[in-house]
Amino acid sequence: MSKVLLSGNEAAARGAFEAGVRVCSAYPGTPSTEIFEELPKYRDALYCEWAPNEKVALEVAYGASIAGVRSLCAMKHVGLNVAADPLFTAAYNGVTGGFVIVTADDPSMHSSQNEQDNRHYARAARLPMIEPSDSQECLDFMKAAYELSERFDVPVLFRTTTRIAHSKSLVEEGERTERAPIPYVRNGKKYIAAPANAMRNHPKLEKIMAEVQEYGNECPLNKLELKGRKIGVITASIAYQYAKDAFPADTSFLKLGLTYPLPMKLISEFASKVEKLYVVEELDGFMEDQIKAAGIDCVGKELLGNIYELNPQLVRQRVFGEQAETVDVGVRAVSRPPALCPGCPHRGFFYTMAKHKDFVVAGDIGCYTLGGTPPLNALDSVVCMGAGFTVAMGMAKAFKQAGIEKKVFGVMGDSTFFHSGMTGAAEIIYNDGDVIPVVLDNSITGMTGHQDNPGSGFNLEGEIAEKLKIEDILTAYGYQKVIIVDPQDLAAMEQAVQDAIAFEGHAAIIVRRPCLLIKRIRHDIGKCAVDRSVCIGCKKCLSVGCPAIMIKDGRAEIDRAQCVGCTVCAQVCPMRAISREGGESK
Amino acid sequence: MKQNVSALLVGVGGQGAILTAKVLVNGLVKAGYDVKMSEVHGMSQRGGSVSTQVHWGEKVNSPVIGPGAADIIVAFEKMEAVRYSNFLKPGGVAVINDYEIASSTVAAGLEQYPDGCLEAMRDHFTCHVLKAGEIARSLGNERCMNIVLFGSMVRALHMDDIDWETVVAETVPPKFRELNVAAFRAGYNAVGGQA
Repeated sequence: MSKVLLSGNEAAARGAFEAGVRVCSAYPGTPSTEIFEELPKYRDALYCEWAPNEKVALEVAYGASIAGVRSLCAMKHVGLNVAADPLFTAAYNGVTGGFVIVTADDPSMHSSQNEQDNRHYARAARLPMIEPSDSQECLDFMKAAYELSERFDVPVLFRTTTRIAHSKSLVEEGERTERAPIPYVRNGKKYIAAPANAMRNHPKLEKIMAEVQEYGNECPLNKLELKGRKIGVITASIAYQYAKDAFPADTSFLKLGLTYPLPMKLISEFASKVEKLYVVEELDGFMEDQIKAAGIDCVGKELLGNIYELNPQLVRQRVFGEQAETVDVGVRAVSRPPALCPGCPHRGFFYTMAKHKDFVVAGDIGCYTLGGTPPLNALDSVVCMGAGFTVAMGMAKAFKQAGIEKKVFGVMGDSTFFHSGMTGAAEIIYNDGDVIPVVLDNSITGMTGHQDNPGSGFNLEGEIAEKLKIEDILTAYGYQKVIIVDPQDLAAMEQAVQDAIAFEGHAAIIVRRPCLLIKRIRHDIGKCAVDRSVCIGCKKCLSVGCPAIMIKDGRAEIDRAQCVGCTVCAQVCPMRAISREGGESK
Repeated sequence: MKQNVSALLVGVGGQGAILTAKVLVNGLVKAGYDVKMSEVHGMSQRGGSVSTQVHWGEKVNSPVIGPGAADIIVAFEKMEAVRYSNFLKPGGVAVINDYEIASSTVAAGLEQYPDGCLEAMRDHFTCHVLKAGEIARSLGNERCMNIVLFGSMVRALHMDDIDWETVVAETVPPKFRELNVAAFRAGYNAVGGQA
């Protein structure tokens, strides 16, 4: 059978499909998103959906397991924080159909607010954890995860990292094995997490985990590669690949696929066969600490460190002191941080906020986090999904206590509003906060690559879905004034902010214009150009932070390859030197 | 091939590095190589500096490399060549697009775009420099700049054992097939085979 080049995410989706999975629910988050973007391909055989958030996703998938089918949920590392509540209790209760939870961690924070090591969740919640090291293993181990889950009556945590999820390697695909749903029988003692049942379920779980640990010693996911006796390496996940390249060819490896609970018998046998033992893992010394606690001498984090991702050259340097030869060309590249796209609807909003230096703006997770970068600099905080409204609430209450007069805004996107912003919007009404909540509704989940959400009108399978209206929700919560404004009209945007501030009761703003990158919407509205004879080179247009505008020979110039004709720059030009040409009128 | 080859495709988010890498790996897989590639999605795609790594040979372990380990860098923008130059092995090959995109900090006047990027690269590496933007425009569409650069990369690496024109045609969307094959040819012919 010929092999295909798949990302870890594509392979994991394929593995779940082949394992006979029936119900799948997730919330998008880099680097996990593409698992679920693959699943609609298999929709004749399974049900898949985008949930409003990770907690919902985990609960939906768990419900399906209780009802007797194999189920899947997936999320980025910080998503598991949102879903941690049902996770811990699902471990106590166990499963009927196999239940796998994918956590995709992001060492080096390529697209995240932290680089937490989610392996600790396996230990904290008592869940078997499986870690693949390439795409083939993403497929094979996913199938093994379902076997493990059903055999031991426990949910399984399937942990990847960015370099597993987004790297592509060759994969041999298999066939789907259909599995008849397990007939449903009500079982309250197992599934009603009341104290009396939980008292029984906790010792049961500890017993199960002891059995899984025993199984790990013979499990085919844990592999011995015995070569020389001098150096032994215990490793897992992507760190295995790095260590293979970094260590000498005669190094012996214990490569673990089932990384919690650790197979201690296998590890101590391996340790006794080599003179020097290394543990190579990214981020925390998760395995190393447990191995050392078992009285086995090994070296790891003291050399490798616990910050940022590794690579083969870094492992070689830190373990053996061999630094790769590099060249210094003598010229320094200046920073190139990500920026809001040309034509991004968020630009008009943040430009307006930036003009009022005294405003306090609590932001959130999404493309609009970039509203905090230069030259806009229009955010005071970004914490986590949904914190835009609630952190704003806390700040407003603190300013009131301190007797400080401040206008406080909480800002988040449409997908984030449905994810965990609605409770914050309720909080502001319920506890009478002096906060103006602002929803930046671009009709899509932007940063993760355009996934649909409850407000977009489409579901994961691309079918038309009920479209929840943000204005109706806010009105129902008790906002007496909900202002809807197009951010690309700067005068209207400013007016909306002033109207919200002037309003006596609770006001909210919906900043509405679809993301320019949404394929199903036409955006051909021409391109802007600068009349160089009118431009005085005042650089006011640079203050909107558009990547398409630059100063050339003392005058503004617009890169036509990037410009999409939004005219935000034209509206701020005091000389009216910028105008839009061509395109369909709008 | 005796030794594994590591290539870095670097540029600015949205320049088409991911599609270029796709053409490259499709050809390599067809030719029977073990291939691994790594790309990063999410925040960095919003106009930031981006890099895609491709590694091929008999057997590839790691899908990523650190500094000093790349055989070739293909830079879609000249300052990005400088940014990632420490990834190149001493004596490595660089294919550089003589094309400038100001970063947001440069556009805002906070930082100065550096002078002498091309000269600095030429002083230290085997460089193939071309104006892929102009070539692409002369073919009727600036967006095929990435495949122009890919043609140059194939020439620079002497990868003539693979029928790349067919691979390009099979990988790009059907309506851009002719354009991209022409772009590949133009890029191939824009640089000397022996540098």
